[in-house]
Amino acid sequence: MSDSETDPEDSNVNYIPYSQRPEWSDIEPLKQNDGPYSVVRIAYTEKFSETFDYIRACMQKDEMSQRALELTKDACQLNPANYTVWCYRRKLLFHLNSDLNEELIFIGQLIREHQKNYQVWEHRRLIVEKSQIYNNELRFTSDLLRLDSKNYHPWQYRQWLLKTFNLWSTELDFVNNMIIDDIKNNSAWNQRYFVISQTTGFTDDIILKELDYVMNKIRSYPDNESSWNYLRGIARLRTINDDGKIEQFCQQMYDEYQQNECRFLYAYMIELIDLKCQEEGKKQSECNRLIELCEKLALHIDPIRKRYWENIRSRYTDKPLPNHTISASAS
Amino acid sequence: IKCEESVEKIYKDFLSYQHREQGSITLYREHHVRYLLKALRSLPQVQQSLDASRPWLIYWIIQSLYLLNEKLSDAYVNEICDFLQRCQNPEGGFGVGGPGQIPHLAPTYAAVNALCILQSDRAYDVINREKLASWLRELRSSNGSFSLHIDGESDIRCQTYEGGFGAVPGCEAHGGYTFCGYATLLLLQRENLCDKDNLLRWTVNRQMEFEGGFQGRTNKLVDGCYSFWVGALFPLLDAAERKLEHTIVRDERMFDSVAAQEYVLLCSQSNLSGGFTDRPKANSHSSDLYHTCYCLSGLSLFQHSFNKNIICGNIENAVCETHPLFNIGPECAYDAMQHYKQLDASSSNQNESVNDN
Repeated sequence: MSDSETDPEDSNVNYIPYSQRPEWSDIEPLKQNDGPYSVVRIAYTEKFSETFDYIRACMQKDEMSQRALELTKDACQLNPANYTVWCYRRKLLFHLNSDLNEELIFIGQLIREHQKNYQVWEHRRLIVEKSQIYNNELRFTSDLLRLDSKNYHPWQYRQWLLKTFNLWSTELDFVNNMIIDDIKNNSAWNQRYFVISQTTGFTDDIILKELDYVMNKIRSYPDNESSWNYLRGIARLRTINDDGKIEQFCQQMYDEYQQNECRFLYAYMIELIDLKCQEEGKKQSECNRLIELCEKLALHIDPIRKRYWENIRSRYTDKPLPNHTISASAS
Repeated sequence: IKCEESVEKIYKDFLSYQHREQGSITLYREHHVRYLLKALRSLPQVQQSLDASRPWLIYWIIQSLYLLNEKLSDAYVNEICDFLQRCQNPEGGFGVGGPGQIPHLAPTYAAVNALCILQSDRAYDVINREKLASWLRELRSSNGSFSLHIDGESDIRCQTYEGGFGAVPGCEAHGGYTFCGYATLLLLQRENLCDKDNLLRWTVNRQMEFEGGFQGRTNKLVDGCYSFWVGALFPLLDAAERKLEHTIVRDERMFDSVAAQEYVLLCSQSNLSGGFTDRPKANSHSSDLYHTCYCLSGLSLFQHSFNKNIICGNIENAVCETHPLFNIGPECAYDAMQHYKQLDASSSNQNESVNDN
């Protein structure tokens, strides 16, 4: 059964086939030529076939008329994934100097019906680019993100808007609210990184502020890969890294979360040790710690990534992985 | 939470079944072959939205059949070639919709791959390589939405702080784009430009500890198609590593192969209608050709480490090998390249002899 979206195939008593419209009588519809064989042949409806027969006919003669524009509206709604028709529609819109405000309304409706379709988002972007009518666009994408906060298309489109029209002023607030709404929304975290890198940049001062921000978020919900990834991402941009701030944070977390081991914490601690050893040479106590953490992960708290943890561990010891670790929380 | 619950139910059911019947995880080959062959001929009305993707449909279907070791008759080969030929634009590239259609990189990729899978001269001859090359060159300098903007810089800027690649610089790291980005770098022999350690770390973290399958982005749901998009990164990263080290450092991939296979076979497989889907659904008729292709392709990669095979369940579950760069059979890729190489060699010989005269 068809879903609740408006269905262009709904039998609408007012719909007149193109072949019966006098204003189209001069056009000979052009049938699709799949050849004599049936290969992935789709059982099109009458309406679908006919509409595209007329599209083909118009495209063949490169007709640039108002009626062709109307025709593309039908075709685009019947198959919003047909990139050729969208191209033709744009050609018509620009040639006929059509009202692009109206077009934005049209494409807005279509996007709401097909939120994950590539062509409709691209069409909107090209209309906005041509018309430079961007005043409603952030609002448009945030509305869509309210429906699906992780939909890749509105996020990508939003980034394009921010860069093209310099709309940065409210974005960090927006991102912060998205993170408050859902701390595990990785798209929001990615957006945070994007905004800062494109505006102030990750200066050491900014990084200090961001470290506080992300550490608070981690404390409030440690079992969240997004925040740890963000921490890692900004930490490695530091030019001055001798305040031990991050190591301290990890150690605190480690002490606090003995009973409720967090794989992201351990993973990050391993990386910090690994990095330190690469820069300053291997110290036995540090190596032992790294090995211990790898074993905890491989054997207890992150066994699906056992091979990965084994691999890292093997750079620090030749001994084979034990079959079980002595309960480390006893120490 | 809902996803985890439905996956949990499946694993529990399976464990209790196995306990009772000593049964084994099964790949329902006959169901899938029937589903695929039917689709190869025709599709119902609901698939109208895939009208612009028919070369993709062909590729998804015949790649799946190849993996299931189902050979296509000469008649089928002929018919597929005939159709794809009609999709080719006289100025180069493939598109859909008949005369006036605009060639597009996506159907072009699908058509070329499909033709190579067929392993036949008839198929190789369909591609007008000269025109294809000139069209691709044209794309490089155009402002179209698919400008092939391969300069090292812009590609690498697609790698995010998380280690994976996004659609364009700034976008969130995503399994599909990561595969395409990294595979492209490898094809261009520029894989050393990206941060490999970070990429590996991101990749291993895409395997779901509970479900065993892969997600496409941090904190998102598992999806069978990432079995390929993310799963292929392991052999690719491995290959890059081996290039660096010149010795075989390790003969294992850094993910849990059995868990990954279990996800595909127990949770993505649609045993009623044939085909595969993204994750367990209430309506088990909801398989589709895209997921069928990429679940099977992922399964193939999971089964075939380069030193040994790891077949989860029945040995009959083994599917044919696929090349992690192209996602067609390795022999298909090799034969096609050989064919065109020989073609180029013999035509340059001809040119030489003409010049001599």
